Amino acid sequence: MSTEGCVNQMLIPSDLLAAKVPEQEILDALGQFGYSEQAVFAVKISFEEAMVNAVKHGNQSDPAKYITVRYDVNAARAVIIVADEGNGFCPDSVPDCTAEENLTRPSGRGIMLMRAYMDQVQYSRRGNMVRMIKRNRAPS
Amino acid sequence: MADTYQHLRVNDMTKAVVVEFAQRKILEELSIIEIGQELSRLAAAFPGRILIVSFANVDHLSSGTLGQMIKLREQVARQNGHLILADIRPQIYEVFKITKLNRLFDISETTAEALDRIAPKP
Repeated sequence: MSTEGCVNQMLIPSDLLAAKVPEQEILDALGQFGYSEQAVFAVKISFEEAMVNAVKHGNQSDPAKYITVRYDVNAARAVIIVADEGNGFCPDSVPDCTAEENLTRPSGRGIMLMRAYMDQVQYSRRGNMVRMIKRNRAPS
Repeated sequence: MADTYQHLRVNDMTKAVVVEFAQRKILEELSIIEIGQELSRLAAAFPGRILIVSFANVDHLSSGTLGQMIKLREQVARQNGHLILADIRPQIYEVFKITKLNRLFDISETTAEALDRIAPKP
């Protein structure tokens, strides 16, 4: 196993099909460093939610806008950054989807899932960039 | 003419309609809109029936999938039917627990258990 991390940055169009390229690279890197099946599931679901938010809500599927994906995966942790060209938002303004009155809302669970599955989720002040960290707890 | 579905396998078992997803990796954001449309068409085709949606083929899902299931539940209820989710593997069930949707949905461990539960008792 390589001791150096897998690092890459790419600019992708506002298109969920294009998002599969960095996703596969990240999942491959997690496999290379022996992350557990649960950790891979966590990163996959969180990355997909971040990309859906960036494409649909951030860039509003505008083909003229791009998404920057940066990842740095090593044996200790995976850091993933997703930034869109949208106006941003305040993550604290998203209603609590687990509140009884919101349980039947069909949307608004993406951020909650990212926070539940990743060890750290931080938004930029503008709210158009999210940085997520997943630590590798697999036995070395 | 019977309805055809690209993403679903449908089995009308008289006491319930059992639905499975045709492919393992379909419940991703790219195809979830199409799947939602097929589920809606399916619910409309079986008003007042018990619909059992089996997750046996599902090893990944997104918040979009959860949204489609919520819409399906509401549509089925509007038509005086009932929706049961079944065969949810532990990793996927965890997503329902985190979002507390395990409290909203009627969930059976297996399709067989769901069918047994709704069978008329002697």
